[in-house]
Amino acid sequence: MPGSEQPVIRASSTDDFIKGLWRENPVFVQVLGMCPVLAVTNSGINALAMGLATTFVLVLSNALVSMLRHFIPRQVRIATFILIIATFVTVVDYLIQAISLDLHRALGAFISLIVVNCLILGRAEAFASKHSVGRSILDGLGMGLGFTLALLCLGGVREILGSGSLFGVALFPAGFQPWIVMILPSGGFFTLGLWLLLFNHLKRRRLAQGLVREVAS
Amino acid sequence: MNNDSLWTIFLNASLVNNFVLAYFLGICPFLGVSGKLGTATRMGGAVCFVMLVSSVCAYGIHRLLVAIDAPYLQLISYIVVIASTVQLVEMFIKKISPALFRALGIFLPLITTNCAILALALFQTNKGYDLLQSVVFALGAGSGFTLALILMAGIREKLELATVPDVVQGTALTLMIAGILSLAFMGFAGVGA
Repeated sequence: MPGSEQPVIRASSTDDFIKGLWRENPVFVQVLGMCPVLAVTNSGINALAMGLATTFVLVLSNALVSMLRHFIPRQVRIATFILIIATFVTVVDYLIQAISLDLHRALGAFISLIVVNCLILGRAEAFASKHSVGRSILDGLGMGLGFTLALLCLGGVREILGSGSLFGVALFPAGFQPWIVMILPSGGFFTLGLWLLLFNHLKRRRLAQGLVREVAS
Repeated sequence: MNNDSLWTIFLNASLVNNFVLAYFLGICPFLGVSGKLGTATRMGGAVCFVMLVSSVCAYGIHRLLVAIDAPYLQLISYIVVIASTVQLVEMFIKKISPALFRALGIFLPLITTNCAILALALFQTNKGYDLLQSVVFALGAGSGFTLALILMAGIREKLELATVPDVVQGTALTLMIAGILSLAFMGFAGVGA
């Protein structure tokens, strides 16, 4: 009965989308794709552009991998996935170059390096090669937006403290002394470390609360 | 064409613009394999080797692509070369030392998705290095990567004995240490410029 199956499918596809945003957030929970997370988050706008570019590649490669999943021989699947990803990254590279040359210069080699973002290969292998096209697209979208969210968390903090502005808009009065260290490489490590610390803390607290509730009931 | 001297290129790639601590390349193996000093050293060796081979190959491919006027194939052909080099190294290590093969585990095939190697190929193309300069650049980057990995492993081995608050343990702590290391490497700025 197709009618009775409908709600079940809808519930699970919402979950495909939602899980990437928070519960299985690629950066904070799975700690995947660290290199661009640290490298391009010295300002909010760079972080946003990188996040959207990655989402674009993730959605399209997930869709194509899922479409071809019955034709790709198991032995060469990783190589095939990488080729598919590399194709879309080349597209994005030329696209960004066409939209804004400044942005392309600011992101530098890191657009090309989306190819080796373990997040994308990981989703192709773990999700898209086993599920239908629609669910793979939703999964890619969720994971991509979760990744963008994490990049913004880092980029926002680093830009506010390091340059005293957000998306190029000055936030503090003229007397503010920017913390240069935040936009330097070491600031990236510190900020990400602190965010992970916060997430660890939240996770532990939720775990503890769950235990308390279990004991009480 | 680029006229940097070989010594400058080497110093720049290994210390001043250290691939791990200044460019954030190869963070995954840096966080993943830096638990033990022995594994870290061998991982560094494997990465150095793959870097050298893929650097030479990338130089050849770049010349070829320029000749046939197809720059849009650059990324795809680089990644194919790197993937096959890694496959080669994997078979080699499996034959020579099965113990090392097991110790490196999943991180060996993951060298393919180590951004440091693809970045090396892209940087040398962007900077217009000739063959000799490319090889020196690869050596510098490889030794810089190994140096960062070994330093990190040394610190983490000592930390095993220290008492650390529960919340900070794991990746968060490693990232903090990496931040401090990165601050220390800032001291090299200006050397070899």
